[in-house]
Amino acid sequence: MTSRLSAITLNTFREAVRDRVLYNLVVFVLLLVASAPLFGEISIGMERLIVVNVGLTAISIFGVIISIFIGIGLVSKEIEKRTLYTILARPVRRWEFIAGKYFGLMLTLVVNTALMTLGLFIALFMFAREQSGSNSGLLVAIYFTVLELAMVTAITLLFSSFSTPIFSAIFTFALFVIGTFAADLRNFAALAHGAAKWLVTGVAYLVPNFAALNVIGQVAHDQHIAGRLILFNTFYAVTYACATTLAAILIFERRNLK
Amino acid sequence: MNAIEIKELTKSYPVGFWKKQLRVALKPFNLTVATGETFGFLGPNGAGKTTTLKLLMGIVFPTSGSATILGKHFHDPDIKKRIGFLPEQPYFYDYLSAPELLDYYARLSGMAAADRKARIPQLLERVGLGDVGNKQLRKFSKGMLQRVGIAQAIVHDPEILFLDEPMSGLDPLGRHEVREPIQNLKDAGKTIFFSTHILSDAEALCDRVGVIHKGELRGVGTVNDLRSVGGGKTEVIWEGADALPYVTAHLMESHVTGDLVRATLTSETLDAVLEKLRQQRARLVSVTPLHGTLEEYFLSKTTEPEVAKL
Amino acid sequence: MNRTAKRTALISVLLVALMAGSVLSLRKVEAERGHEATLEEVLYLPSGKMLKRLSLGYSSLLADMYWTRAVQYFGSRHIEKATHYELLYPLLDITTDLDPHIIVVYEYGSVFLSQAPPNGAGQPDRAAALVEKGIRENPEYWRLYFTLGFIHYMDRKDYKAAQQAFEKGSEVPGALPWMKVMAARMAERGRDVNTAIALWTALRDTTHDKDIKQNAIGHLDSIRADLDIMELDRRVNMYHDRTGTYPAKWEDLIRAGLLQGIPTDPHGEPYKLLLNGVVNVENSKQFPYLNEWRYQ
Repeated sequence: MTSRLSAITLNTFREAVRDRVLYNLVVFVLLLVASAPLFGEISIGMERLIVVNVGLTAISIFGVIISIFIGIGLVSKEIEKRTLYTILARPVRRWEFIAGKYFGLMLTLVVNTALMTLGLFIALFMFAREQSGSNSGLLVAIYFTVLELAMVTAITLLFSSFSTPIFSAIFTFALFVIGTFAADLRNFAALAHGAAKWLVTGVAYLVPNFAALNVIGQVAHDQHIAGRLILFNTFYAVTYACATTLAAILIFERRNLK
Repeated sequence: MNAIEIKELTKSYPVGFWKKQLRVALKPFNLTVATGETFGFLGPNGAGKTTTLKLLMGIVFPTSGSATILGKHFHDPDIKKRIGFLPEQPYFYDYLSAPELLDYYARLSGMAAADRKARIPQLLERVGLGDVGNKQLRKFSKGMLQRVGIAQAIVHDPEILFLDEPMSGLDPLGRHEVREPIQNLKDAGKTIFFSTHILSDAEALCDRVGVIHKGELRGVGTVNDLRSVGGGKTEVIWEGADALPYVTAHLMESHVTGDLVRATLTSETLDAVLEKLRQQRARLVSVTPLHGTLEEYFLSKTTEPEVAKL
Repeated sequence: MNRTAKRTALISVLLVALMAGSVLSLRKVEAERGHEATLEEVLYLPSGKMLKRLSLGYSSLLADMYWTRAVQYFGSRHIEKATHYELLYPLLDITTDLDPHIIVVYEYGSVFLSQAPPNGAGQPDRAAALVEKGIRENPEYWRLYFTLGFIHYMDRKDYKAAQQAFEKGSEVPGALPWMKVMAARMAERGRDVNTAIALWTALRDTTHDKDIKQNAIGHLDSIRADLDIMELDRRVNMYHDRTGTYPAKWEDLIRAGLLQGIPTDPHGEPYKLLLNGVVNVENSKQFPYLNEWRYQ
């Protein structure tokens, strides 16, 4: 089982790399460099703040975009191109296929994020060396971004397991936006009454809550992030991603492929 | 133990706007294929050949019925180590090279690293792809892809091969390139189950064939048996076209070229026709008994009116 | 149950368990962050203008969201009897940067940003700045001058500035003549309970926001109670002057001819007559703004 899982994982990674997805790093670097002129607009001593804000936000957004772009085709492309047939004719279990795709995309995203982190630290060194700040805070924020990506990838995979790429992209993007404003959804729930209240509250917990994983503001201002928060967020992202992936597996195992 | 046993396998699809009606893609059928046998699954396009293969591979799920492969339930994942599949007009990961693809598939089929390393280069040679190097599959021609397809189906040395229209869309050279490995595998004692609508391939390669039409298995038998079903005919060629009107009633068909007539008739009417021709002073050129062809059998099974729905 | 059905059931149970786990974890996360953590980001945003640019044209939707957040923030804190509302001004400020034409936001600020804690943030200067922004962005909206004048009068107690606001407002085409009347009164009398009553009544009658309306009614009730109590004090003192003692109950005053009947407060409860003739309302919780207009 592990041999098959790792084979599919590595092949998925290989596909992403050969699809030249890593070129996004070039855009990332350009963005960081382009943020330098902003320094002039704001008072001195804010370089670190700018670089951290731009860098961390870009790492998050780029990661989500890549996750969606690659994720929507993870399963549907194999069905459409019928490459899946020769895979399923082998001793590969359907759940192994899904899990392998998931880990492969996560591996791609982790590598991508690691390289961007390196770029961020280099940028900080170049532009904001004099300003001190918490580097461990940055790493926590990036770790939370990886958790966020673990959830987004699971969601994209879920949609990809039964839907066409366009709809997968739309649904995942919609969930991403809703998830970013999940706290506001709970506000609306607080204002509602009766059945509507339970419904909206239920939805508010069902959608991914990315605001909970976003500590960019705090980290940019060097606030300390509690260990308990790291622990709970890890549980949250892991349980959510696992549940979503299980749903993808359940659907995919039942599917009559075309 | 039979290589393949199919029991009352059937597949229907819900169709219509509300998905209430059922379209029967495969009516319940039974089939066995013995070990070492080469079985041809014949039928026109849309007959249900590919559906049958997809059911056996676990790509779609049966509405009811089941099958065993090498004695195990056909969904048993471990049995897949011993079978190979080549789908119709296959497409492979185009960003991989041929050795990479074979290595990936072999790994998924449970081959150890050392075995893969030894076997893959040999295999590529055998299917005539020894010199492709690291070229990515996106650059391969159709015939080359088909050969990669065969390679991935046999890389793990399976006992049974399932091939869906392995020679469709290939030019004569390509067809030969595909037919040869299949023949070799047959000679090596593998069981081969392949679907096709090209009868000459079936005649050349198969021990037994089954004819399927509109989701129904219409007939199964050895090639020889099926050929003789359409037999009992004789071809008569004579000079003397003016004699034709006297015998036309007994003929199945006739062609006239100048004064030469070529006619086909059943063996029972042969004597009567020959007598008539002699009376008309026609000059016989040849009298040849004909064997039935598989094509005739095939046509007879695929153009029958359907059984009326009750 | 056959094998596949068993497996499906198992996976489904696992799925539900995991989702439950995720809900629990999320609640822990939010408890850890504090339920205003997402709001606190407003403290870190460079400015509402920057946010408007970033919102790629969806600024009015974002404005609605910030407005909802502001109301939630204030409402939930108010229930907890908070004394600080630091995030209220940034939230309202950003809302109006994103969409300067939501008039009710300025009105809201004039009441809840301006009033003293725990009923408001106690930041009348900021409230005034907010409304001035509103006037710049909506110069044809004369009611905003009312809103501005309100702040100056009630919480900043700057009667000159209040009068000027009402003057300017009265000059805007379409303004009610009443604006001029109020300006004149302010010039004439400065701090005056009848002016206050007029202002609160006007607010109560013109606002569409139910929180603001409630607040205005609350103020009017408290002012009425203050006036009543001052009058009752006067009559209690008259009784004391005549008899040398304080009345023990209202009947004493009625017998003395100083009262027609048992006096009741705006909520219908009889006023309380305590030792030494101290008069009070029955339930002071119903009158959160009591004492603002008593003997001042």
